[in-house]
Amino acid sequence: MSLELFTEGEPIADTKAPTDVPIGERWSERQFRGRLVNPTNRRKMTIIVVGTGLAGGSAAATLGEAGYRVKSFWYQDSPRRAHSVAAQGGINAAKNYRNDGDSVHRLFYDTVKGGDFRSREDNVHRLAEVSVNIIDQCVAQGVPFAREYGGLLDNRSFGGTQVSRTFYARGQTGQQLLYGAYQALERQIAAGSVEQNARTEMLDLIVVDGRARGIVARDLVSGEISTHFADAVVIASGGYGNVFYLSTNAKGSNTTAIWRAHKRGAYFANPCYTQIHPTCIPVKGDYQSKLTLMSESLRNDGRVWVPKERGDDRPANDIPEDERDYYLERLYPSFGNLVPRDIASRQAKNVCDEGRGVGPGGLGVYLDFAEAIKRLGRPAVEAKYGNLFDMYAQITGEDPYVTPMRIFPAVHYTMGGLWVDYDLQSTIPGMFVIGEANFSDHGANRLGASALMQGLADGYFVLPSTISSYLADGPFDKIDESHPAVVEAVQGVQEQTQRLLSINGNRTPASFHRELGQLMWDLCGMERTDEGLRKAIDRIREIRQEFWSNLKVGGDWHSFNQTLEHAGRVADFIELGELMCVDALHRRESCGGHFRAESQTPEGEALRDDENFAYVAAWEWTPEGQPPVLHKENLEYEYVHLAQRSYK
Amino acid sequence: MTATRHDAPMTSSVGNPGAEKRGMNLTLRIWRQQGPTVKGKMVTYKITDISPDMSFLEMLDVLNEQLIMQGDDPVAFDHDCREGICGMCGVMINGQAHGPQQTTTCQLHMRSFKDGDSIDIEPWRATAFPIIKDLAVDRRAFDRIIQSGGYISVPTGTAPEAHATPVPKADSDAAFDAATCIGCGACVAACPNASSMLFTAAKVTHLGLLPQGQPERNDRVVNMVAQQDREGFGGCTNIGECSASCPKGISMETISRLNHDLLGALRAGARPKS
Ligand SMILES: Cc1cc2nc3c(=O)[nH]c(=O)nc-3n(C[C@H](O)[C@H](O)[C@H](O)COP(=O)(O)OP(=O)(O)OC[C@H]3O[C@@H](n4cnc5c(N)ncnc54)[C@H](O)[C@@H]3O)c2cc1C
Ligand code: SF4
Ligand code: FES
Repeated sequence: MSLELFTEGEPIADTKAPTDVPIGERWSERQFRGRLVNPTNRRKMTIIVVGTGLAGGSAAATLGEAGYRVKSFWYQDSPRRAHSVAAQGGINAAKNYRNDGDSVHRLFYDTVKGGDFRSREDNVHRLAEVSVNIIDQCVAQGVPFAREYGGLLDNRSFGGTQVSRTFYARGQTGQQLLYGAYQALERQIAAGSVEQNARTEMLDLIVVDGRARGIVARDLVSGEISTHFADAVVIASGGYGNVFYLSTNAKGSNTTAIWRAHKRGAYFANPCYTQIHPTCIPVKGDYQSKLTLMSESLRNDGRVWVPKERGDDRPANDIPEDERDYYLERLYPSFGNLVPRDIASRQAKNVCDEGRGVGPGGLGVYLDFAEAIKRLGRPAVEAKYGNLFDMYAQITGEDPYVTPMRIFPAVHYTMGGLWVDYDLQSTIPGMFVIGEANFSDHGANRLGASALMQGLADGYFVLPSTISSYLADGPFDKIDESHPAVVEAVQGVQEQTQRLLSINGNRTPASFHRELGQLMWDLCGMERTDEGLRKAIDRIREIRQEFWSNLKVGGDWHSFNQTLEHAGRVADFIELGELMCVDALHRRESCGGHFRAESQTPEGEALRDDENFAYVAAWEWTPEGQPPVLHKENLEYEYVHLAQRSYK
Repeated sequence: MTATRHDAPMTSSVGNPGAEKRGMNLTLRIWRQQGPTVKGKMVTYKITDISPDMSFLEMLDVLNEQLIMQGDDPVAFDHDCREGICGMCGVMINGQAHGPQQTTTCQLHMRSFKDGDSIDIEPWRATAFPIIKDLAVDRRAFDRIIQSGGYISVPTGTAPEAHATPVPKADSDAAFDAATCIGCGACVAACPNASSMLFTAAKVTHLGLLPQGQPERNDRVVNMVAQQDREGFGGCTNIGECSASCPKGISMETISRLNHDLLGALRAGARPKS
C-alpha cells in the first residue's frame, strides 16, 4: 500500500466494558460502576442533541424526562420527519414470543455472525439485552404494532435468521416507532425541558479545552449563524448513504454533522462499510433523484429469479418455470430467499453481470409473488404487503399482483460512522454519537430490522445511562461567544458559506453530487478493487478541485437558500468519499458489505482475512496535504467463534 | 457488462407500453414569494422534454437546475423522503392539494399529465401555515397541537411487559389506520375553512382506541381541540374535502369519533389547560 495514502498511529482500545465479568453481566455492571448525577444537578446541565430520528428523538425525550436541560436540533420543519420515518419492515427483539428457540444469546449470535465478525461483542450483547425493553416501551406509548386475533403481538422473519423475532406495523414500522418517540419528545417540549430548534443545521462542533461544548448552526429559514453551548453534545444525525447521490435515504440526509465533528478530532470508523440493499426499485433515468426500497420483508413470500438463458427478453409471465433460475434458493438451500443483504445483493449483481438481468439495461431481477398469491390468496398478500405493492405501482406504473416486481440493489445504510466506545462516547470527550451516525453494532453488514433496534436502544436506554458518568464531572465552566475557540468556529462557518456563494462557476451542487455518486457506485460500491479504488481517489481529488473553482450557487446566505444547503453537504460528501475509498483500499479482505474482488472464496463468497484485518479501522483527520492516520481497535471474539459465514 | 446505473434508457419499456411516450412540453405557473411579508405572484415557466416516468418533484428539480444555471432564483419547495412517508412535501397542483391523485406530491408522477398541459403550482394556503418562501410553508402549528396532548405519558423505563395487555386486533388495526397520518397539511389546504380537524382527529382516534391511551383520553381531546383553535385553524363543518385529499386516506369517521370523545370529555368535566 502506498505510504502517501495514510499513516498508522497508536492503536485504540475500548476500555469501558467491564470485561472482568461474563458478557451477560457487563451492561448491568457498567451501569452499576458508572457515576450518577443527582436530580438537582441535572437541572444545571445542558445537553445538545442533534437529530430527532429514532436515536435522537428517543434520547432527547428521555434526557428531558430525566431532568436535564435539552436543546434539540433538526433540519426539517418537524421532528416527526426524520428519515427513520421511512423504515418499513420491522424491529428485532429477543422476546421469543414464537417459542421458536430465540433468546438474547441467539440474537447476539446472529448479529455478530451477520456482521461478518467485524463488530464488538460487548456492544452487540447489550443491544440484544435491551431489545426486549424497547418493545415494552413502544407498546406503552401506543405504537400500533401488528397483532394476532388473540390480541398479542405478531412477528415475522427477516434475512440472516431462522427465527421469527421481527415486530412490525404493516410496512410502516419506522413511522410508527418514530411517532412514539416524537410524541414523547413533544411532551417534553411542552413541559419546557427540551428547547426546539427546527430547520436548524449543525455546521460545526465547538471544542473547548478538549471537551465538546457546543455547536455552530445555521437557521435554514433566516440564514442566521448561531452558537449553542452545553455540557455535552449528542450527535444523532443519521447515515451518510447519500455520498452515493442515489440511495434510499431522504434527500436531506447528510454527513455534515459527523464530518465536521470528525474534522474537530472525532475518529471516523470503518467508513467503507456500506450496505447495499438487494430489493429496491431499479433506476429509470438521468433525472432520477432517489431510490425507493421495497422492504426486505417481501423476501418472506417473494421468490427471486432471473431467466436461465442470457438475453431472454420475453415478458416474465411467458417464461416457463423450468427456464427460470431461482438462484438464491439454488445457491443457499437452507436460507433461500432470506440470506443476508450483502449476499443477496452481490448475487443479483452477479446474475446481471452474466447478462441475465431483466428490465432496462439488464439491471434488475424479478421478485415474484405468484406462488404466494396462489398459496395464501390475494387478500392475504394484500393485507401483508398492500402499501408496498401500491408504492411500487405508483412509481413504476406496473401492477405487481400481475407481473413480478423488478428489483435491483441500492445503497441503503452505512455501518461505518464516528467511532464510539462502549459508553457511545467519541474520541472527543463530551461528544456522544448514537444511531446510524456511529459505527457501533453492525460490523461489516447490518441485519434487517436491527437499525431501528439500535437507534432506540441507544436513545432510550444506553446513552441516558452512560452519559451521566461523564456529566458527573460537570457542570463545566461557562463559555460564551467571545471565547477564542467559539470565535474561530463561527468564522470558519461564515467563511465557508461565503466561499460557496462567491465561486460563481458553471456547475450546480446537484451536478457535482451526481458525478461523485456515480463514481462511488462504480468504484466503491458492490465490488471494489485495488485499481478501481486508486482511480476513484484520484478522480475525487479532481472533483473536489473543480467543485471549489466551478461551483454555482445563487442567492445569499441571509435567507432560505436550498441550493446553498445542498452545496455545503456536497462539499462534505466529497471529502468523506475520499476517506471511504482509502479505507476500502487499505482493507485488503472482503467482509460483509465490503467485497474486494481480490479476496473471495472459490464459490465467490466474501473471504475474510482474520489474521490481518480483525480490527475496527478508526481514522483520524489531518489537515490538508497530510494523509489521514489509521488507528486500529483490535476485535476479539470470546463468545462467538470466528468462522466463515455460511448460509448454504 | 458491469452493473452501472445510468446507462438505462429514460423511459421504461418493459411491460409498460403506455409509458413509451416521452418528452412532454409543459407550461408551469408557479407562486413566487420571496418571504413571509413580501407580496407574491404567479410566474410562468416553459419546460420541455419531461419524461412521464419522472416524479413531480423531479420535474421541479429539472426546472430548478435550469433556473440556477440562468442565474435565477430556484423555486423553494419542501421535500425530504420522496417516498410518501415523511409528510414534508405538499403543494397545490391545479387547485388540488397534492394534485390529481390521492397521494403525496412526491409520489405523483408526470404520467398523470399530458403533453401541452398547463400546471398551476401554489403553496398550502392557511393563516396557521405562514409562507416561508415560494411553495414552502411553516407547519409548526401541527407540532404544537401534538404538544398539547397528542401522546401517552410514559417515561422511558416505566413500561410494563408488552404482552401484559392484549389489544383486540380490530382496535389495533383501526388505531394503526389513524396513526398513518403523516402531518402533511393537505387536509388543511383542501378545506374551505382551513380546518385542521382531520389531523387532530387522526391522533385522537389512534390513541383513544388503545387501552394505553385511556387514562388521558378526556384531557387529550379537550386540549388538542383548544390548541387548534388557538393556532387559528378554522372550524370543521363536515365538508369532507380533507379526507378526499388526504394521501393516507384518513377517514371522516375519525372526526365523528373526536366529536363523540369531546362531548363525553366535556360532560365528564374535562377542561382545556389555559
Ligand atoms: C427506506 C429505509 C427503510 C429502512 N427500513 C428499516 C427497517 O425496516 N428496519 C430497520 O431496523 N432499519 C431500517 N432502516 C434503517 C433505519 O431506518 C435507519 O438506520 C435509522 O432509522 C436511522 O435513525 P437515526 O435516528 O440514526 O437517524 P435519522 O432518522 O436519519 O435522523 C437523523 C436526524 O438528524 C437530523 N440531522 C441530520 N443532519 C443534521 C445536521 N447537519 N444538523 C441538524 N440536524 C441534522 C435530521 O433532521 C434528523 O432529525 C431503513 C432505512 C431506510 C432508508
Ligand atoms: S390527515 Fe391526511 S392530509 Fe391531513 S395531515 Fe394527516 S396525512 Fe396529511
Ligand atoms: S417528500 Fe416525504 S412525503 Fe413527500
